[in-house]
Amino acid sequence: MSEAAPTPAAPSPAAQSSNEVLLHVDDVVKYFPVQSAGLLSRSRDVVHAVDHVSLEVRRGETLGLVGETGCGKSTLARCIMRLYDLTSGTIVFDGKDISKMTVRQMRPIRRDMQMIFQDPYGSLNPRRRVGSIIGDPYAIHGLADGKERKRRVQEVMELVGLNPEHYNRFPAEFSGGQRQRIGVARALALRPKLIVCDEPVSALDVSIQAQIINLLADLQDELDLTYIFIAHDLSVVRHVSDRVAVMYLGKVGELGEVEGVYGHPRHPYTNALLSAVPLPDPATASERERIILVGDVPSPIAPPNGCRFHPRCPKAKDLCVHEDPPLIPRLDDPETHVAACHFPVADGENIADSTPEISIEDRVVEEGLVGNV
Amino acid sequence: MTIGDIVSATPVSEEGPLAVGPEGAKKIEGRSPWKLAFERLRRDRAAIISLVVIFLIVLMAIIAPVFKHLTGHPPNQQYFDIGLTQDGLPRPPNGTFLLGTDDLGRDILVRIAYGARISLLVGVVATFLTVSIGTIIGLAAGYFGKIVDTILSRLIDVMLSIPFLLFAISLASIYHAGLKIVIIVLAIFSWSSVARIVRGQVLSIREREYVEAARSIGSGPWRIMIIDILPNVIAPIIVYTTLLIPVTIVGEATLSFLGVGVQPPTADWGDMIAEAQNNYHAWWFIVFPSIALLIATLAFNIFGDGVRDAFDPRSDRLFS
Repeated sequence: MSEAAPTPAAPSPAAQSSNEVLLHVDDVVKYFPVQSAGLLSRSRDVVHAVDHVSLEVRRGETLGLVGETGCGKSTLARCIMRLYDLTSGTIVFDGKDISKMTVRQMRPIRRDMQMIFQDPYGSLNPRRRVGSIIGDPYAIHGLADGKERKRRVQEVMELVGLNPEHYNRFPAEFSGGQRQRIGVARALALRPKLIVCDEPVSALDVSIQAQIINLLADLQDELDLTYIFIAHDLSVVRHVSDRVAVMYLGKVGELGEVEGVYGHPRHPYTNALLSAVPLPDPATASERERIILVGDVPSPIAPPNGCRFHPRCPKAKDLCVHEDPPLIPRLDDPETHVAACHFPVADGENIADSTPEISIEDRVVEEGLVGNV
Repeated sequence: MTIGDIVSATPVSEEGPLAVGPEGAKKIEGRSPWKLAFERLRRDRAAIISLVVIFLIVLMAIIAPVFKHLTGHPPNQQYFDIGLTQDGLPRPPNGTFLLGTDDLGRDILVRIAYGARISLLVGVVATFLTVSIGTIIGLAAGYFGKIVDTILSRLIDVMLSIPFLLFAISLASIYHAGLKIVIIVLAIFSWSSVARIVRGQVLSIREREYVEAARSIGSGPWRIMIIDILPNVIAPIIVYTTLLIPVTIVGEATLSFLGVGVQPPTADWGDMIAEAQNNYHAWWFIVFPSIALLIATLAFNIFGDGVRDAFDPRSDRLFS
């Protein structure tokens, strides 16, 4: 695209092997304490935003992260970026354990990991000019000043398809898509290794979504980027990702290559999500049987026992109430495709016909639990 | 899938700058929120008139010695012979003393001009101090939160609950009453409301995504507070500052009126009004200093109101 793109002079041998892991997320937990309304009484309630999540991101790949609102995708992203402190667990980025680093220690690390935010309106300071927003990373890390900084900012602006002449404008003078390009430019300024994209296209209309997605894809090829791509739109994730992780209530329900997860979804929740993807062809759409989940997502303050999905799962059995299923390959899946379900969905099985089989005693336990909350 | 189809069908970002508008060639100038606010202020007639009045008061304070030379009356000179009637009472406005004299035979016009110096000095300096303290404390409380916020917020509550006048009177009696004490007392008692306003604004701004973005690129807390947050709270601060100046001017007059402010014989509006109390038959003695105080306060208030409108076009207008 632009010859200005300064690719690293000699990519390390590691960067070329696609199997090398850039980011290890190991058993990461993030709880948010909930403050009670009382002045003196402090409740001990916590929101289980991210609950024992482990995953890996390999150099050069795109890991998609899907799940409905409130399932902990964004919290996980902010934990990875260390915008939040972890409750427990470790995050190893590029060989360094960053999970307990201080703000000061994190600063040099941030040159290699950047984030693109969801809201192109909220993520740009309305009182600052575009040039200084994109130039911020250079200023903070002391990389370029004055004319040199301006030159580099304009270079990045060009790279993401912005007019470098607009250097002196304010964010309010740009459209949503252009603003998101500014966000991309800011993330790219330091040529990071990893970019965490937190729903980068959710706030944009569909044609602009395509532009931004293509831009991200081009940049990945050009600059050897690794993405964690968060979205709630399954088709977007399928288009951009190499691997996908499906999250539900703070846990990973299913994780694997795109073909595996989309072609042979094992977790009933994945099945339900996929059956809700809008189809462009009305004939196919009406033929398809949608899996309609009953009830709402349980409160993350008091998540269900056992499998988190069991209160809404059409295949739930007694085991699901008592035992949290491990994240392992199910049925005849390859090692790389894992799911957390005791009763994985076989290919071709229609779970819309299933009904939960939970015994009376367990239901009583359930309702007792609900009563306490 | 829907997006997939569109993505592959949309021929974009193959050849670089796609967001370049047709106006790419012409000179591009950013319209900052400041410029927009200034434009609105310029169109506000009441604000402009009050600004002119403020300018005139400032001018009067600066050229107070000119009044002295033109009339030949120094502000503290007591004219027992020509300035008082044979009964020793103040003289009404006449050719020599345009606004009359006070009970010591001093020229009221000259004293009003000199009094403007005190009022403006205290108004500006005390307000500046107030706003600086309030902004720093409000920023710190709002941004750091937790224990820092708890301590500073309780401090604000304590400051707001201390009776201002009692404290001022006792402070002035312990130390030497004077200009410095007046300024310090006024600043100590006003910063808490500024701090509250700033803290509230910072609390909401610190949760914005752009602050998170600043942290994600490695900005430290000071940089975030000064570069990312402060510019977004500066508008309410400026509005509050312009509205605080008249309050401070009245506050200074109040303290001087009670005798714990600027000490005689220094010419001061509040002090003049206080002395006039004992001379109720000499209307000019109380009316002219009061009018000076009224005009100054009103001008600053209307101007402050205009500034607020300029920064927030949706707010209700007091004068139009």
